[in-house]
Amino acid sequence: MSRITFPFGPQHPVLPEGIQLSLTCEDEKVVEVRPVIGYMHRGIEKAAERNPYPNNVFLCERICGICSFIHALSYCQLVEELMKVEVPPRARYLRVVWSELSRMHSHLLWLGLLADSFGFESLFMQCWRARETVLDILEMTTGQRVIQSSCIVGGVRRDINADQARQVREMLNKVKTEIDAVLPVFQKDYTIKARTVGKGVLPKGQAWTLGAVGPMLRASGWAWDCRSLGYAAYGELGFEPVVENGGDSYARTMVRARELVQSYELVLRALDSMPEGELAVKVKGAPPAGEAIMRTEQPRGELFEYARGNGTQQLERLKIRTPTFANLPALLAMLPGCEIADVPVIVLSIDPCIACTER
Amino acid sequence: MPWMMPNILKNLFSSPATRKYPFETRQYWAGARGQLQIDLARCVFCGLCQRICPAQAITQYGNKKDPDVTIDYNPFACIYCARCAEKCPSGAIYIHESHAVPADRKITYGRNDISLSKGELS
Ligand code: SF4
Ligand code: SF4
Repeated sequence: MSRITFPFGPQHPVLPEGIQLSLTCEDEKVVEVRPVIGYMHRGIEKAAERNPYPNNVFLCERICGICSFIHALSYCQLVEELMKVEVPPRARYLRVVWSELSRMHSHLLWLGLLADSFGFESLFMQCWRARETVLDILEMTTGQRVIQSSCIVGGVRRDINADQARQVREMLNKVKTEIDAVLPVFQKDYTIKARTVGKGVLPKGQAWTLGAVGPMLRASGWAWDCRSLGYAAYGELGFEPVVENGGDSYARTMVRARELVQSYELVLRALDSMPEGELAVKVKGAPPAGEAIMRTEQPRGELFEYARGNGTQQLERLKIRTPTFANLPALLAMLPGCEIADVPVIVLSIDPCIACTER
Repeated sequence: MPWMMPNILKNLFSSPATRKYPFETRQYWAGARGQLQIDLARCVFCGLCQRICPAQAITQYGNKKDPDVTIDYNPFACIYCARCAEKCPSGAIYIHESHAVPADRKITYGRNDISLSKGELS
């Protein structure tokens, strides 16, 4: 049968960002996929080499508009590791609170986008409405909705006082009610199951060999989550990774749905067990000559950062490997063999963040 | 669809989730980083804000002792991190909770703006 190659993206209704997949099809079946990336490259790694190291927190935050807090957190932890700075316990708990709130709004955004990708508009709106409350909590506690700028090298800049904590709990309970209203739809609805079950299957072995990360890996049966490393205060909050075994788009949806509830619980637990004390320690001097790495768990998977210091205020090198970058090979393995109509859902099921990928 | 029915019915009889902006605006959260205001009358021109600003949005012209020393603030370069407001020794910079409204031209406050020039603001 003759083949036809056509571009999917960079402008496509399901793609919030610019990436092109060049699809080669036989009839309606995809046989080959070639990714074309580079539409959103901003040279952040290079820019980071010129800034004094404390300013990079604000730069790293702008790698991504969704997991901005965790980007800042990873960078701060990386520099703290390099400079051997001990962060006060209260700051570590506050970092968990904001990380998990970021994860909640990211997963709610994604669930909405998934519903949108197969035309379930009312569900899309409902998810985003719940997300709005999470963003309100972030604005109330950090000062801004999306770019929080509340993490600095050595600790955090803002506190959550008792009154705010009470308000956060109230608002989170409202979010939980809304989540409880939409999750059964994702779990049981016939249309959603028809579009996700068995679509884009990533077998357990292949998920590992292709280096998939995050919900992709966990949906294929691997209990692999960087929060288990116990960074920030995760080690003290009794964290267990969420695992599903299906390996298909439905399993990935379920992993994110369950993580949403888990994040809600983690925020409450962190607020309950937050110790009193300092918010930040003063960091003096410059990063010494040497290297450090940091791994953190973003909503989309494992983020890996590497830095080399040289004793000056600037870092000699900052390398950021983002989760979507690691998930692209798995996406390319999942697409061949599927129908064209399933391409949007499968692409979305990796929760692509192209701005992250290209930095 | 059946699983969505309860939500749909509830939404049918509940008040809308959106508001009629700009006639109805949201209340700002205390401590939100909306706009930056610089009160040049209180500024001692120490140059700290210019040094620590990650976006190079503040430029100081001249040094402390010059009679016509002033600072410029470019709200279009500012990323509203509030570091300058946090560190300013004389409290000349503060963050207002209301968000900046859209503008039709790029302006820089300070040297070229009489309303902000030295001594004009109390
Ligand atoms: S830090 Fe404050 S006092 Fe110093 S130059 Fe800036 S505005 Fe003026
Ligand atoms: S808020 Fe941040 S970016 Fe804006 S002028 Fe102050 S230090 Fe610079």
